[in-house]
Amino acid sequence: MARGAQFLERQTYRRRRMIDGARLLPVIGAIAFVMPILWRTDTTPGASTAHGGLYLFAIWFGLILAAFALSRRLRNVAGDGRVED
Amino acid sequence: MPWGEGMPEKGKQVLLIEDEPHIVEAIRFILTRDGWGVEAHADGADAIEVIQRLAPDVLILDVMLPGRSGYEILQDLRADAATARLPVLMLTARGQDRDRDLAQRYGVSRFMTKPFSNLDVLTSVRELSGG
Amino acid sequence: MVPFKILVLVCLAYVIFLFLVAFVVENRARQGRARWLRAPIVYTLSLSIYCTAWTFYGAVGYAARSGLEFLTIYLGPTLVFVGWWWVLRKLVRIGKAQRVTSIADLISSRYGKSNLLGVIVTLLAVAGTTPYIALQLQSISLSFAVFAAETRPGWALPGRDATALWVAGGLVIFTILFGTRNLDANEQHHGIVTAIAVEAVVKLVALLAVGIFVVWVLADGPRGVFDLIEATDVAEWRLQPGRWAGLTFLSAAAILCLPRMFQVMVVENADERHLATASWAFPLYLALMSLFVVPIAVVGLLTMPEGSNPDLFVLTLPLSAGRGDLAMLAFLGGFSSATSMVIVAAIALATMVSNHIVVPLWLRMARVAGEVAPAAGYAGDVRRLVLRARRASIAGVLALGYAYFHFTGGSSALAAIGLIAFVGVAQALPALIGGIFWRGASRNGAAVGLCLGFGIWIYALFLPSFGPDGVIPADVMINGPFGIGWLRPQALFGSEGMDPLLHALFWSLLLNSGAFCLVSIFSFPTPLERLQGAQFVNVFDRAGGTRGWAHGVAEAEDLLVMAQRILGGDAAQGFFHAEAAAQGKAGFLPDTTPEFIEALERRLSASVGAATAHAMVGQIVGGSMISVEDLMAVANETAQIMEYSSRLEAKSEELIRTARQLREANEKLTKLSVQKDAFLSQISHELRTPMTSIRAFSEILRDGADLPLADRHKYAGIIQEEAIRLTRLLDDLLDLSVLENGQVTLHSTSANLHDLIDSALRSAGATAAGRDFAILRDPASEHVGLTTDTDRLTQVFINLVSNARKYCDAAHPELRIRVTERGADVEVDFIDNGSGIGKENQALIFEKFARLTDQTRAGGAGLGLAICREVMSKLGGTIAYLPGQGGAAFRVRLPRRRILPRGGSVAPGAHGAGQGPVAAQG
Repeated sequence: MARGAQFLERQTYRRRRMIDGARLLPVIGAIAFVMPILWRTDTTPGASTAHGGLYLFAIWFGLILAAFALSRRLRNVAGDGRVED
Repeated sequence: MPWGEGMPEKGKQVLLIEDEPHIVEAIRFILTRDGWGVEAHADGADAIEVIQRLAPDVLILDVMLPGRSGYEILQDLRADAATARLPVLMLTARGQDRDRDLAQRYGVSRFMTKPFSNLDVLTSVRELSGG
Repeated sequence: MVPFKILVLVCLAYVIFLFLVAFVVENRARQGRARWLRAPIVYTLSLSIYCTAWTFYGAVGYAARSGLEFLTIYLGPTLVFVGWWWVLRKLVRIGKAQRVTSIADLISSRYGKSNLLGVIVTLLAVAGTTPYIALQLQSISLSFAVFAAETRPGWALPGRDATALWVAGGLVIFTILFGTRNLDANEQHHGIVTAIAVEAVVKLVALLAVGIFVVWVLADGPRGVFDLIEATDVAEWRLQPGRWAGLTFLSAAAILCLPRMFQVMVVENADERHLATASWAFPLYLALMSLFVVPIAVVGLLTMPEGSNPDLFVLTLPLSAGRGDLAMLAFLGGFSSATSMVIVAAIALATMVSNHIVVPLWLRMARVAGEVAPAAGYAGDVRRLVLRARRASIAGVLALGYAYFHFTGGSSALAAIGLIAFVGVAQALPALIGGIFWRGASRNGAAVGLCLGFGIWIYALFLPSFGPDGVIPADVMINGPFGIGWLRPQALFGSEGMDPLLHALFWSLLLNSGAFCLVSIFSFPTPLERLQGAQFVNVFDRAGGTRGWAHGVAEAEDLLVMAQRILGGDAAQGFFHAEAAAQGKAGFLPDTTPEFIEALERRLSASVGAATAHAMVGQIVGGSMISVEDLMAVANETAQIMEYSSRLEAKSEELIRTARQLREANEKLTKLSVQKDAFLSQISHELRTPMTSIRAFSEILRDGADLPLADRHKYAGIIQEEAIRLTRLLDDLLDLSVLENGQVTLHSTSANLHDLIDSALRSAGATAAGRDFAILRDPASEHVGLTTDTDRLTQVFINLVSNARKYCDAAHPELRIRVTERGADVEVDFIDNGSGIGKENQALIFEKFARLTDQTRAGGAGLGLAICREVMSKLGGTIAYLPGQGGAAFRVRLPRRRILPRGGSVAPGAHGAGQGPVAAQG
């Protein structure tokens, strides 16, 4: 909105970085979930199911925790909409 | 009509266009007793045709008529050469100045407000037919 | 061991419990006492219909066959929800702003309210969902069979088909009962959503319980399971990179496009903030659902006999360990998964089918028959049609699912059908995502892309799924149609050796989005498309509404007639009344400003979908009303909207409202002044006419001493008659002035409304010109006890009835009297079938001296309705003209019990005062 304002209030600034985080999170998640594809090369056989499963669930719960933290801060922003960056 | 045989030498016709039956009855009574032939018609819509058909000597015209207003009928009469000079006595129950002005502008011969005196009606009709 | 009999009983009890939950919640919601039901956690749990019986049972089987690959089905949705800020937030906002009823409605609405797209997406959804419903029926009958196999012989077991049939029938009843109560999609299905949330808890608890049992009882805790996994042949993770990435993408696409997910995610969403909670809570739910899948699969593979179906390990493991109770719980979990999916899918599909296929067809047929003309009035109730269509569609969808199950049932790999269906519905993805992020996306592009993707899906995946020589001959599969090699269903364009699912997914989505983009770039959208596109893409920085209907020339009354047929009489009248009030007007007819028509269209689209609502409004407003100037306004893109200071806008709105009020008051004053002049003439005429006769005949009597006796009597009689007429007129005038000055005494008595109407009809019938007049009444509704001044009320009724008799100009005049109780009030409507009262006169008829028709009828000073209005206000009620009823219609409303205030002097005019616009010239 206000075009001239280059420096924002601290709170507004934080909120915008939270939104950036929310946008970044699925990208990080996607990369992490696709990562196991790289593990398999011609020389090494497939990784073990048990370890792979542990890895995936670790990423999974990590994402859930991050989303939880972000959602607590973004709840109210979502309600009234009108957020620009 | 017990008074019909009154003064036969005149034998002139009056056409009365009025939708209130009681008023028609009163005027018919007054004029017939004076020796006039009286025809009455209650509807405004086809009044012009009736007037042209009967060609009366004097026309008595009410303003508030069903179908068509007296003013419109008057305008049409004046516009037609055959009836342009027909004497018209206009009766109205809306006795405001505006109504009188309007009637005069449209070329009325004489204008009377209701309620009228019987004698006035009679005199007016006589004068209109004579002049 | 659980006897089959007990299983059936528990199952029935569970179903009855769900019915009760839905029923109680629905009732509480109606009383407005269910705020907690719309908590974010209920929303999250309702999303769990993503986990169907396929994931409940099938995931274990999938893990047993392909190891960790089953996780992709959950990873995609996890990414979508974690990334809610990108897509879901926008979808939900658009869904709310545009009152979207389904995914087909969203796509149709985005691309210029095109019904063609609505139909395509609906067909796509039906094709993608039917096998899925079949899958659920199959899983229920399979799980029944597991228990049946364990039971002692001698029990008459229902066959596989019979089980599925019973279940399908029960689901139809439940869905129709709770899914089609209200038409407006924005009045959400509280009962169903809550029942589904309960089922979500049951299936999670069931799967966790089985998992915990397997890990800690059958194996030696997590460590033990870890070692077991290493020991089996799923130990090595044979990851196929293409499938891994492709399936993750596919499941992410599916959760956005599945009709049932769209239903709970967007349509049933009560508050955008719930999405914030769901962004972590739903991935958590999914993670918990899949936590024990691999352990169960591994332990099952190791302990169960060779050849047992891994899809049913969740049931068979506890059974074989002798834990019937646990198996029962697992069974209920699976049952819950299947039923909740089927219920929501059926509702979502039924909404689409009725809004995009049945109603448009009906509209077209009705237009051909010339029946949609606004004058058709109350009779053709679209509302009932839509509800009936929706109920029939629910039954139809389940019948289709059952038929599919019946004819193809028994295929053992559950997961296969599920993934095939995913690819089908994912064809809506390009149109959906393109539509909400790209303003250039056009209807033609979406249509071509959808058709192409749909076609490839059918050809390359759906038809081959019926097996070799199933639908497509084996020869075609191997050599291609007519021997054209590059058209082989599973090796399109020479892409041999690809996984069939991946092959179809790749080609269908590639060609779909390619065609979508290319055609969009090279085609030119219609103005309405561009407007809708701007609204969808810029949903978050929308300052005002659209200007979809620029030059509304519609008659508000016609619009009201139409709205009544869709929303029902009360709701439509309420909406119009509120809109008129917002414009600062009284009555039921607001100005047909573009804003009003836009709001009306949006209200209607919540019931019948955007395309249909637009078509129906368009019929009345006339054509597409967008001009180039309107487009220019939108085309200034981003900058101009933000410039608006909202305060300024509010102020100018206020000014417009005030100006409108002033204009209206001024118009009324001018008209009243003219009316007052006219009245003075009129009253002069009314008084002078009888006086003329009186004077003329009294002069005749005075002067005519020779008059015969009979004539004298006659003339005296005329004088008396005219004197009475004068008196009556004066009475009316006095009555009105007394009423207006509040010096009236009212006498409270109690009476039955029915009797009052009877007596009014009798009185009015006695005074009116005798012509045939049909009176239509509903005596049953009329028996309402009233405490009020019944004489005055009857006076009002007499007036309305004699007005109708006098002025109704229909060939076969009818008067309908309708009584409705509204809380402490009662409404009495008098509706005739004449030509009614023109809009320009509706505001004036209750004023003194107004007359209904000016030219032809020279009689009547028009005091009747003015007296009615005064009487009604004294009785604490109202009388109003009710437009849009196909004739003149008056609504009298008054409190049933009223302690009347005592006024000063006694009212005159007991003798038939105020009966109609003064029956003068009788």
